[in-house]
Amino acid sequence: MRPTLDDKRPIFQQIREMIEDEIVDGRLLEESQAPSTNQLVAYYKINPATVLKGLNELVDAGILYKKRGVGMFVAKGAKATLLNERKQVFQEDYVARMLQEANRLGLSVEDVQQMIDSMKKRGDAK
Amino acid sequence: MTIQVKAEAISLRKKNKQIVQNINFTIEGNKIVGLLGRNGAGKTSLLSILAAFRPATNGRFLLNGEDVFENPRAMEQIIFVRERNVEYETDKVSRWMDAAQQSRPNFDRAYADELAKRFRLPQDSQVAKLSRGMQSALHVIIGLASRAPVTLFDEAYLGMDAPAREIFYEEVLRDFVEHPRLIILSTHLISEMDGLFEEVAILHEGELLLHEGKEEVLERGYRLTGDAEAVDQLAENKRVLKTESLGGTKSVMVYGELVEKDERLARSHGLEIGTLSLQELFIHLTEVDDHE
Repeated sequence: MRPTLDDKRPIFQQIREMIEDEIVDGRLLEESQAPSTNQLVAYYKINPATVLKGLNELVDAGILYKKRGVGMFVAKGAKATLLNERKQVFQEDYVARMLQEANRLGLSVEDVQQMIDSMKKRGDAK
Repeated sequence: MTIQVKAEAISLRKKNKQIVQNINFTIEGNKIVGLLGRNGAGKTSLLSILAAFRPATNGRFLLNGEDVFENPRAMEQIIFVRERNVEYETDKVSRWMDAAQQSRPNFDRAYADELAKRFRLPQDSQVAKLSRGMQSALHVIIGLASRAPVTLFDEAYLGMDAPAREIFYEEVLRDFVEHPRLIILSTHLISEMDGLFEEVAILHEGELLLHEGKEEVLERGYRLTGDAEAVDQLAENKRVLKTESLGGTKSVMVYGELVEKDERLARSHGLEIGTLSLQELFIHLTEVDDHE
């Protein structure tokens, strides 16, 4: 889990993203139990209502599901759903911005492609 | 039954001075509420009225529909934790704990002892001889361990050092989760405590400026950072609370909800959109009246 929360984005959103990261990175497996509200309250020292808001958004998005009296669990297919979403975000946030900046610098798409290739060759890109 | 407290047109005048004026709010269900206000805003006076420690000049405070003032049944359910003069208290700490245990039906002595250990409060000390921070710890311990359905903390952290305040915040959350109740915490240490609150009430010059869910309050403003020209363009005709510039980069605090159209525009200009902190909003909201 991320050790601290920042103040740039709403806290409930960061709780949501933190759980999503755990799922995407494979630390939280499908059909396994998500951290409980109480655990998250104690860990981040925030109000349970804030934690619940983040968790409930994940329930609404079909990433988590509730088992009555037990807690929340990671839904089947959650990882694939999140990976898909993140690929779209990657395109919009990273690729679009990269091209925007490239354009500002007078670089063509081919120039950028060349840069990516040479980065790959140098082994800097993971 | 869901607990409900209701302030109905509460006003307090002292020697022709209006201390609090026409306060109305309703809180339903167990939750932690932050009562924010600058020094002299009327926080202590308002809480004293809620706790039935003093009568209001006008209006009343209802707990589950019953006026709390001079109502022993309602008062038993409310605890008011505040700083008080203990100069002449010759009793030992443990004696105070005994007294609380006798007068508070839900008092959990084992929990009080555990808290005393956490705060390193010596129970065999005389109350009058405790440092200010330890006096606060004692009040907080009794406030928490009493587990009253309505628990009011009036700047209960006063005199506590940072580690002790941290323990206080942790215990409020921990005990709230295990024993849900209605907790109101007054404070001006907002950046330290904002994580605790589900709802926020802001008192300013005796009047209630707002009472809302914290997330809703936080949506009342946002921050834009990036290329100065683009920031200026987006901030035009908006209420800008604060501007900071460094070279060609500008950062503005905007008061008002971020509409989707602006959000898209900001993103297309590569601007960074951030949230405002409760403290930033509070500072602004309690400043406005000085200018108007």
